[in-house]
Amino acid sequence: MTSQPVTFRGRIQGAFDAGVPPAINKGARGHFQGRRNAEQAFPEMDGMRDRAREIRAHTLSRLDHHLAEFADAVERRGGNVFFAADAAEANEYIVGLARSENVELVVKSKSMVTEEIHLNDAIEAAGIEVVETDLGEFIVQLAGETPSHIIAPVLHKNRYDVGELFSAQLGVEYTDTPGELNDIARTYLRERFLGAEMGVSGANFGVVEDGAICLVTNEGNGRLVTSAPRIHVAVMGMERLVPTRTDLAVMLEVLARSATGQKLSVYSNIVAGPRRDGEPDGPDQFHVVIVDNGRSATLGSAVAEILYCIRCGACLNACPVYRHVGGHAYGTVYPGPIGKVLTPSLFGLEQWHELPAASSLCGACEEVCPVRIEIPKLLVELRKQSTGHMPLGIRTGIAWYSRIATRPRLFRVVTRLGGWMGRLLGRGGWMRRIPWLLSGWTDKRELPAPAPRTFHDWWSNRET
Amino acid sequence: MSEPVQLFVTCLVNSLYPDVGKATVTLLEQAGYRVEFPFDQTCCGQPAFNGGFSEEATAMARQTLDVLDATLGPIIIPSGSCAAMIIQHTPELMVGDSEYVAKSGRVAARTRELTQFLVDNAGTEIVGADCGDCTTTYQASCHGLRGLGVLEQPKRLLSDAGVDPVPLDGEDECCGFGGLFSVKMPEVSTAMMDTKIKAIEASGADLVVGIDVSCLMHIGGGLKRQGSHIRTKHIAEVLAGESTGTSQ
Repeated sequence: MTSQPVTFRGRIQGAFDAGVPPAINKGARGHFQGRRNAEQAFPEMDGMRDRAREIRAHTLSRLDHHLAEFADAVERRGGNVFFAADAAEANEYIVGLARSENVELVVKSKSMVTEEIHLNDAIEAAGIEVVETDLGEFIVQLAGETPSHIIAPVLHKNRYDVGELFSAQLGVEYTDTPGELNDIARTYLRERFLGAEMGVSGANFGVVEDGAICLVTNEGNGRLVTSAPRIHVAVMGMERLVPTRTDLAVMLEVLARSATGQKLSVYSNIVAGPRRDGEPDGPDQFHVVIVDNGRSATLGSAVAEILYCIRCGACLNACPVYRHVGGHAYGTVYPGPIGKVLTPSLFGLEQWHELPAASSLCGACEEVCPVRIEIPKLLVELRKQSTGHMPLGIRTGIAWYSRIATRPRLFRVVTRLGGWMGRLLGRGGWMRRIPWLLSGWTDKRELPAPAPRTFHDWWSNRET
Repeated sequence: MSEPVQLFVTCLVNSLYPDVGKATVTLLEQAGYRVEFPFDQTCCGQPAFNGGFSEEATAMARQTLDVLDATLGPIIIPSGSCAAMIIQHTPELMVGDSEYVAKSGRVAARTRELTQFLVDNAGTEIVGADCGDCTTTYQASCHGLRGLGVLEQPKRLLSDAGVDPVPLDGEDECCGFGGLFSVKMPEVSTAMMDTKIKAIEASGADLVVGIDVSCLMHIGGGLKRQGSHIRTKHIAEVLAGESTGTSQ
């Protein structure tokens, strides 16, 4: 998506011009309703969300300590741990490992952090083949696109799109029957699983007490990626730890329900260390790459709470902005409400200042967040840090309005003048076109003219 | 002597929709209260706060606190979002200033959104609304809904008044207003508005009722531009039986 316009508004306009696929709104609403049903069927959900939030808060308050303990535990089980300060370091380590082990084919299960660091590009640049094995990610890869949703990468596509893509890219006969499309992907991927020397997975959680990672999937591809190839590399965002397996159980309770409305995802794999003597399956090598890439800085910032996120995607599904513009408009791998905070804090507010502004602060995201992240509050915080990017007219307008509104007499005079102007400007109480700052409003909406007499003036007359 | 209540009309009602303020006075008086209007009130500061202009927001919020803290009795606001500003965000803005933290706490504790007050505190019985032969639907404003939990109160008042609202698909989905968002990001804002308008049309209602003039101004402005016959009205005007609303 490198050819996309650089501004959020530009990308939105592009998306609107091209027509935002109705599948996005439909899919997001479907997941939203699924979550709601799951919540209603699980009376403990509210309390579980409180606990989940406490666990995240506790973990992040002592993240350095937990990370050190986790790394020790992984190594005790015979795994290797690599701390990557940024994307480049993470990619270098993984590509370096692949090269030194003469890897020719890498299979991957779904992982947002590897999207974040653009691992596929790095692997391909080294002349090594990499194949995504999550069905959605596989489709995205075939199409040369990026995911448009955290848990449903091809929310923007329908089965007809996929049918055409498969027929064009895989040389199969066109079909739009979901079962047949599944079979095509399964047949294609099965050979890759068996031929790959390296499997790269993400990690939904790292469990500190036993140096394990937990991987949640609905397709079972995660199990194959982590056990069939002789090398398994798990890439994990630095914040994704839970102290104990009991904590993990709480997170899994809220994760699946929030994401898809399932009680539990179909596969919840706990993977710890390489294959031990006497075990039939598993890799010879187990590596965990822990990625910082801006997270330490975020942890020390006013929006640290965004690191509580467990990537369920519920906020995307609930968000009216996301439903209308789709994931690609956000410009990075993290779309929706969570992306509006995460992207600027990981990759720089200067470049991404438009994202926090792209919200009506309706609060639908916070309402569904399994760990109760106060997203609107964080958006306002980022807006606070980027008021310099507001149009000069708005900045000046707010400054003047504040000066007037802190002087009650002046306020009454100005609002009375507004009434006089409204009488001159308005046509039947509505204004059709206002230039400059408010033109954005009147392009598609009328604006009411000020009433001839303010409430203040009415009240004064009433009293006398 | 009847109990006094303090009316905070909000800047939008003051300048654009004074009839909503008048209707609010009528309703409160009908409920047996003596309405006082702290005359030096201006704006609660919400537009600046939402935009990230915390310095300006703080100045306006302090002005509001000074005016309201000098009064007695419940503070009634015909707006969910301005009430949420005073109840939830103003105390956050005052952190670090013990005098104003105390003031904001006292003022927040006394503040209620109008329908919340009428139903939860006053137990008001509405005698009957006058909107002609209208079919109403209710659009829940986000800040009133998620910040203050206002949803059933306005619906109950409308039912009591004999204008039971018809269901609105996605009643809790934002209309796309969002203050400065509506002028800074007009493309998304109006796309959200179009979805809302389609749902309203599908509901069969010819009158959209809400508790915030800001959302109604947004939806009403879109309906007007599209040449729709559907009107918008603040709940106070519907309940007070004002036949000449200014909302549209």
